[in-house]
Amino acid sequence: MTAVADATRIETKSWFHRNQQTIAPWLFLAPGVLFFLVYVIAPIFQSFNISLYEWDGLGQAEYIGFRNYEDLYWEYVDRDAFFISLKNNLIWLIMYLLAIPAGLFIALFLNQTVFGIRLYKSLFFFPFVISQVVVGLVFTWFYDPTFGLLNNILSVFGAGPINVLGNENLVTYGIIVAGLWPQTAYCMILYLTGLNAVDPEQIEAGRLDGAKGWRMLWHVVLPQLRPATFIAFVVTIIGALRSFDLISIMTEGGPFGSSRVLAFYMFEVALSEYGFRMGYGAAIAVVLFLIMMCFIAYFLWSMYRDEKR
Amino acid sequence: MFPAPIQKRSQAAQITYQTFLPLALLLWLAPLLAVAIFSIKPDADFVNANYWGWPTSFEGAVNYGKVFFDSDMPRYLLNSVLITVPTVIGAVALSSMTGFALGIYKFRSNLWIFFMFVAGNFVPFQILMVPVRDLTLDLGLYNTKTGLVLFHIAFQTGFCTLFMRNFIRALPFELIEAARVEGVAEWRIFWYVVLPLMKPALAALSVLIFTFIWNDYFWAVVLTQGAESQPVTAGITSFNAQYRAAYHLMSAGSIVAAIPPVAMFFLMQKHFIAGLTLGAVK
Repeated sequence: MTAVADATRIETKSWFHRNQQTIAPWLFLAPGVLFFLVYVIAPIFQSFNISLYEWDGLGQAEYIGFRNYEDLYWEYVDRDAFFISLKNNLIWLIMYLLAIPAGLFIALFLNQTVFGIRLYKSLFFFPFVISQVVVGLVFTWFYDPTFGLLNNILSVFGAGPINVLGNENLVTYGIIVAGLWPQTAYCMILYLTGLNAVDPEQIEAGRLDGAKGWRMLWHVVLPQLRPATFIAFVVTIIGALRSFDLISIMTEGGPFGSSRVLAFYMFEVALSEYGFRMGYGAAIAVVLFLIMMCFIAYFLWSMYRDEKR
Repeated sequence: MFPAPIQKRSQAAQITYQTFLPLALLLWLAPLLAVAIFSIKPDADFVNANYWGWPTSFEGAVNYGKVFFDSDMPRYLLNSVLITVPTVIGAVALSSMTGFALGIYKFRSNLWIFFMFVAGNFVPFQILMVPVRDLTLDLGLYNTKTGLVLFHIAFQTGFCTLFMRNFIRALPFELIEAARVEGVAEWRIFWYVVLPLMKPALAALSVLIFTFIWNDYFWAVVLTQGAESQPVTAGITSFNAQYRAAYHLMSAGSIVAAIPPVAMFFLMQKHFIAGLTLGAVK
């Protein structure tokens, strides 16, 4: 009966009204999708294209095929730049993952109900809220060989002084530690939220079975924290490959380019005083993009699986 | 609860925990506390290499006064506000619509459009840098706040859509169906039914985007130069160049630059954490 009523009503309405439910989503999507296409999706393809040209950003661009990539591979233009950046990216990627266990550790430490714990949790989270520029400055002073807190502490133990940011072998690790500070805070908050939702009955059941400490953590708690761990992995890997601010603030890639990563090297080539080699820069960006795309594809695939379930 | 509540442990364990807690916090925030202490020291202490001793006098008011009245800092702060606030409004507005479209309607390309937003949100900035800079130059918006705002809105729409869509998915769908049976137009459903339910998501996204954009450095350097349009993250480097080796002023400047997102976080803590940890719990 309602079908008949609907049919007669639809007859009398305009085309727009009849097709409302097919048109409406596209009208709602249009502004957002348009913006996103122009500013994010199209530039990805444009960068691929630019990487095939030699171009200073102003004059005529000259098509050179894959020569930018050959120059990168053989390091014809900048000696010891591309592979050092690539190696540093790898170090960042591996070391940055330490934020996940460290965050879990702090979350477990703070997951209590004592007086003032809420304030403690907020203050532990603090480093994530401040800008990486400020984090970079703070750690530059922390490492300073003449007055830095680090060397003051070391001298108490009769060690040092060491100039972390001036040492080619230490500099990348020094910057990563600065990056781990906010990243650990982020992972901590993810795990704190996850721990809040852990099923108390399963914990009790585990206790009755005699599980405690590490075994309990590994077999009962961690499986329940899987969603938190997944997000922690996503944000940490993306954060590691995006590292730019800290390097730019703390060392500008130095000493002698030893703390460069692809993100910074690309910027240096395309926009700094050495630069305006847009095509060459775009080629570096493409390499970084392809590396990141492996991870992005994996993340999307996991999301797709969850959606279908 | 895991680990077992400390209250169930021995008295000694409880006291140990209660003493370790502040110590750990002090250690965790030590680099920041050092800067805070620097910012209230007088210039003379640095000249005399009295870096870590007791300050010979407390010059907090003088140092911060200099930052606020004797430098470009207020200018940079204002720029940051004028960049951040429109971005928040724009990104939240666009993404509440895209999130609504992707969360409510079933059509064939739905998931693909959603994945486009998600993937775009994870892309490295450098692959966008040259074309976006060119586009901004062509539009005549290089070195303007507008240029920066337009890009930020577009890019943040990716993350915001992910967030909004998942939030709308969790709303009771019967409400929308009921409204449709009543013959309510789709845009009215969006405005009068769904939007009021999205208030927590709107709040969470606003604080998150505020912090992200306030702390952005890369795009500020790529798309702007000079005090008339640069936000505080980029401004602090020129500030530091101006006061080279004046550590008390550089420290005070850094702290000033860090305060707005920190204040935002403490005021809106619940929303902030709800936003950051979306999806951390199934």
